[in-house]
Amino acid sequence: MPLAIEARGIVKSFPGVLANDQVDFDLRVGEVHALLGENGAGKSTLMNVLAGLYQPEAGELLVDGTAVRFRSPRDAIAAGIGMVHQHFTLVPSQTVTENVLLGLPLPRFRLDLRRAEASVAEMAAGVGMRVDPRARVWQLSVGEQQRVEILKMLYRGARILIMDEPTAVLAPQEAEELFATLRTMTGTGRSVVFISHKLGEVLAVADRITVMRAGRVTAAAISPVGSTPADLARLMVGRPVLETLERADAAPGRVVLSAADVHASNDRGIESLRGVSLQVRAGEIVGIAAVAGNGQSELAEALTGLRRCTGRIVVDGVDIGGRASGAALRAGVGHVPEDRARVGSAPNLSIVDNLVMKRFRRPPLARGPFLDDGAARALATDLKARYSISAPSIDSPVRILSGGNLQRLILAREIEAAPAVLIAVQPTRGLDVGAIEVVHRLLLELRAKGTAILLISEELDELRTLADRLLVVFEGRISAEMPAGGADLQEIGMHMTGGAGVEALAGMAAAVASAPGAPPP
Amino acid sequence: MIVRLEPRGAVAGWVSAAMTMAALIVAFVIGGLVLAFVGGDPVRVYLHIVNAAFGNIGVISDTLVKATPLILTGLACALAFRMRLWNIGAEGQFLLGAWGASAVVLAPVLPEGTPAIVVIPVMMLAGALAGAAWGLIPGLLRARLGVNEIITTLMLNYIALAWLQFWVFGPWSEGGFQQSVTFPRTAWLPRLTDFAGSVPALGGLTTHLGLVFALVATAIMWVVVSRTRFGYEMRLIGDNPTAARYAGVDIARYVIVVFAVSGALAGLAGMSEVSGVVHRLQDRISPGYGFTAIIIAYLARLGPWRVVLASILFGALILAGREIQPSGVPAMIQGIILFCLIGSDVLVRYRVRVARRGAVGAT
Repeated sequence: MPLAIEARGIVKSFPGVLANDQVDFDLRVGEVHALLGENGAGKSTLMNVLAGLYQPEAGELLVDGTAVRFRSPRDAIAAGIGMVHQHFTLVPSQTVTENVLLGLPLPRFRLDLRRAEASVAEMAAGVGMRVDPRARVWQLSVGEQQRVEILKMLYRGARILIMDEPTAVLAPQEAEELFATLRTMTGTGRSVVFISHKLGEVLAVADRITVMRAGRVTAAAISPVGSTPADLARLMVGRPVLETLERADAAPGRVVLSAADVHASNDRGIESLRGVSLQVRAGEIVGIAAVAGNGQSELAEALTGLRRCTGRIVVDGVDIGGRASGAALRAGVGHVPEDRARVGSAPNLSIVDNLVMKRFRRPPLARGPFLDDGAARALATDLKARYSISAPSIDSPVRILSGGNLQRLILAREIEAAPAVLIAVQPTRGLDVGAIEVVHRLLLELRAKGTAILLISEELDELRTLADRLLVVFEGRISAEMPAGGADLQEIGMHMTGGAGVEALAGMAAAVASAPGAPPP
Repeated sequence: MIVRLEPRGAVAGWVSAAMTMAALIVAFVIGGLVLAFVGGDPVRVYLHIVNAAFGNIGVISDTLVKATPLILTGLACALAFRMRLWNIGAEGQFLLGAWGASAVVLAPVLPEGTPAIVVIPVMMLAGALAGAAWGLIPGLLRARLGVNEIITTLMLNYIALAWLQFWVFGPWSEGGFQQSVTFPRTAWLPRLTDFAGSVPALGGLTTHLGLVFALVATAIMWVVVSRTRFGYEMRLIGDNPTAARYAGVDIARYVIVVFAVSGALAGLAGMSEVSGVVHRLQDRISPGYGFTAIIIAYLARLGPWRVVLASILFGALILAGREIQPSGVPAMIQGIILFCLIGSDVLVRYRVRVARRGAVGAT
């Protein structure tokens, strides 16, 4: 079989980091080749070299057997290589077609939108994507926006598509749709490089898998047949990863968090919580499963006092429903927020300042109106060591921390504040295998200490591993409750979509498209 | 060749300090070039400025007199700016402070013959309260209704000036002139020269007690912003209001309190100016102290003690500049300093990288 891309001995360094060290990589025509590795393994660097964003210091690159040197992404596109980045670059107020045409040299003057719309629609249909070429981008769900990004590349004649962590922002069903699209594309002679650090989906979608660690290839082009997640995890992390977590049986105690008939609106003023009632007991993890935009983010914000709501929210006998975040905090509600950088931390402040955020009002940190700097620094030094937060010093601003390290910091702060109840939202999103393991272990330890935990996640596997009970939320209401152990994926999926049986997937797509909470990028 | 700006990671404290110093030096070099261009001798001009501002104990005292209102208004701006509240209204709060303090004497609030030990504290209180009230207006509007404080504080400056003019042209006018009567001595802040009787060396030195207010305020603000929970919460709000709310901080309350305190500091500056220097109320009591304060807060990178240093520099510029040319040179140098500071801010946050393009040729 001819090779679409062949890269040999690619070397690329950044100040202080050898991001790619003599990396070889090849892509066959008509295959999905997964590139697997932890954050910082050099996957994105390698792909940015292939897409013309970076110029390598050494090594050669062949496209369809011809040696090339790209000086810009334009050169790469001309050679048929298009990259879809993690962060979309779309104009929200413009239509799908307008976004596809944006930046193209043609048409030069007269824009025949009708014809362009027809050809965009035809192109989408050709790879089995459902996209309305006249829809405005702000109206689209994240999954649909990603399709627009793919269309942009296809419209520019890309035969080789590089997808940088495409599923990081997608709900499980949206990911399934993407995989179907990718398979259709490879069926028509296109080739796909698929960057990911999620083992399950790599095994599901890839024809071949290349694993990278610390700038080097640790397994070149292996077959998914016969590979297990444990094998891949070991290749990624460089040590065996504990697959099964030590998990004691649940011994739920008294009811710590009790919510009754909670209503709240989302940022656009549309009611997205429509009477949610739930209880979480001490020493119990209750999982919330929902497709993005069904009100679970609003639920977390309502419970932590960050969003106005009506209804009763009682924590250890104190009603905090509808009161400000300070009341929730005093009542003992800990919160691992969905958006770590924008909600959970103050990026330019130091690690010390970020670690004391929830407990600076109480002794020993507080001394009357004063803040005991020595005590704060001692606390930070201790937590930095115990939670392995890797940073130059406790005075470093937290914006330089990696995603996994920032999450460790937030967990350290929330857990050590000894909350009565912890609301954890997507605690492992965007983290690599090693970091996910740490987060899971910390949550289970907290459960063992008798904390009530509400875990909101879009990773069904995570929910089934950690939770004792599952609540499925659909369109702002709890649509089902079931024990997590042995819960059937099909059944959960059905309740998540509010539909039943075979209509589940169609209903799901509609739910995603009309989801009131899906924010514009 | 392409020039690129790359964000820096952690910035060491000395880098931003060095950048500020470099910005000042560049500003004076550019100022010198402008002076040379119009036919002046920059070295002589600068030496003259140094001499006129720091040449002897008398002019040093005058420089400190100029620096006093700048320190207080500079602190007012720095405090608000720390929370990213753009209080452009220190000028108006200064004028209201001057008016409030004067009202104690002119209304009169206190009967004639009240001793200084009572009059001065009441004037301080009145000045600070009037300034705080003027700061509370934009503070409440911002906290409760989300009204942009830049617009409101700026506009309130003009209203404050009109208010002041109404009183000095009308009810408090001295024989139709746009000024009030001179205050009785009991309403004067003590000056160094007042002690010339016992220490003759102090004769003629006009530095007044307001400088002590300014330094005490600086010390208090330093303690508050760096050592207290209040200062920590201000830092949190200033860096990420969403995270502050997440940490349980009532942001609206802080906006209101900080605006009130900021206004009170500027108001105290107004009081110190009428009671320590002018000794009467007139409409031209400020040559734009409240606006210069914005540049000072910026130059000081919002540090209280650095505000004192920056105020002395600007006090010297105002004092000595007048001797060279009534308005042109000091205003020019102030403007250039601001420009260079804003430029250096980019350099603090970004590293300039010059990359040679086309080093990798096509094959």
